Amino acid sequence: MAMPYYVSPEQMMQDKAEYAKKGIARGKSTVVMEYDAGILLLADNASSLNKISEVYDKIAFAAAGKYSEFENLRKAGIRHADMKGFIYSRKDVNARSLANAYSQTLGTIFSQEAKPLEVEILVVELGETAAENEIFRIQFDGSIFDEKSFTVVGGKAEPLYEALKTRYQLTGLEAAIKICVEAMEDSDQQKVPPTSLEVAILDRHRAERQFRRLGADELSAALSA
Amino acid sequence: MGDFDFDDPGSSFHRLLASQHPDMLSPRLDQANAIPNIKDLSKQLPHGTTVLALQHRDGVIIAGDRRATEGYSISERRIKKVHKTDATSAIAIAGAAGPCLDLIRLFQVELEHYEKLEGEELSLDGKANKLAQMVKANLPMAMQGLVVIPIFVGYDLAQKKGRIFKYDIAGGQYEETEYYAIGSGGKDARGTMKKIFAPGLTKDKAIRVALEALYDAAEADVGTGGPDLIRGIYPNVKVITEKGVEDIADEKIATAYQTIIPPQKQGGS
Repeated sequence: MAMPYYVSPEQMMQDKAEYAKKGIARGKSTVVMEYDAGILLLADNASSLNKISEVYDKIAFAAAGKYSEFENLRKAGIRHADMKGFIYSRKDVNARSLANAYSQTLGTIFSQEAKPLEVEILVVELGETAAENEIFRIQFDGSIFDEKSFTVVGGKAEPLYEALKTRYQLTGLEAAIKICVEAMEDSDQQKVPPTSLEVAILDRHRAERQFRRLGADELSAALSA
Repeated sequence: MGDFDFDDPGSSFHRLLASQHPDMLSPRLDQANAIPNIKDLSKQLPHGTTVLALQHRDGVIIAGDRRATEGYSISERRIKKVHKTDATSAIAIAGAAGPCLDLIRLFQVELEHYEKLEGEELSLDGKANKLAQMVKANLPMAMQGLVVIPIFVGYDLAQKKGRIFKYDIAGGQYEETEYYAIGSGGKDARGTMKKIFAPGLTKDKAIRVALEALYDAAEADVGTGGPDLIRGIYPNVKVITEKGVEDIADEKIATAYQTIIPPQKQGGS
């Protein structure tokens, strides 16, 4: 009689985590950063398959890793938010409950499925003032982190985080874009042209839906200013 | 979340709601027989009355009076029947006020939901067709007197013009090329527009046509509220162009009415 394999839970978790980390490390990075009138979301992404998305009036989603996996999570988030806003009111939709839902989902998949999701997710909410902004980072295993000022997900996240740490300050939008792109170029050791970036903002000056994408010409203008 | 799962609600919020909270939608036609004591509820609930839409040179105008009636009583003097639905479209509704406002809210979320999931807006035809399905879904309620009939207008960015869609209670959808009005005073408003509408009106002239039509509807129809100079209540008017949906301020409408209403009716000499 063949004996079933025994793999210790520690070993299994470690293998899964390694697998997920490797998958995420292959991709490019995505940054979110606060600026004086909002939150900037910037992904190194030349394709039309978006990594950044509007979720609700003041809430945005950004991800890194495997597209097909985070795209499903993005849609689930929009459904969660729209349903909650419709049943209760638009004011009752917040990033914290959304981030918790993501954390639960990723955690369950990590512990129960054979293959963990190779994704890292950011859920951000624009507050009335910069102090009330919320930035949540959710890892492949469901661990959730409450970040301040800026954060990075995806491949090469650590060098980019370090590069941002030395540069970060609360500035206007154009300066914030410059800081992000310079940090990206620095940690990547290569030029990042505006056409290879996907950029959006949550803009406090906008009424109702505060999410807006920035086009390549707006980016070039900001970078040459 | 599988591939091509046809039970998946896709990009429609209406279908998502139907799958998760069917109790929040009106019953399906094949289930409507299960409702006990079917009766006409129309006299017991607030009803919205006259709304209209017309073309102008750069797009469309949509407007409505502010009155809701319950049988022979006025139940609401300041109800808003004209609502923006997204950046370049708007809706106005006649019928049972509660279900009307519900439908508007659901339709607004539907358009926003689709736009967020798909990363691009529905075409204007797509929006109009979706609205037709939602009106059709309300048919069992309409048979109990809870009628919901919209006029939908929008700027078609592909065709570069404003367009007007009207509906019937069974979800029939028809496009109007010049103007239309619905509700209890709809016929009177249409009569006025028939006389004074002309293609290619400027925005200001078209607003005037809308206000005159609503004024005449209020003169002839008990369900339609006229401009209330004492309380400062005026019709809601929205102008839709390529640039978006613009709300016309009450002050501007009040000024326009000073030249529309004959002086003796304003309490002058």
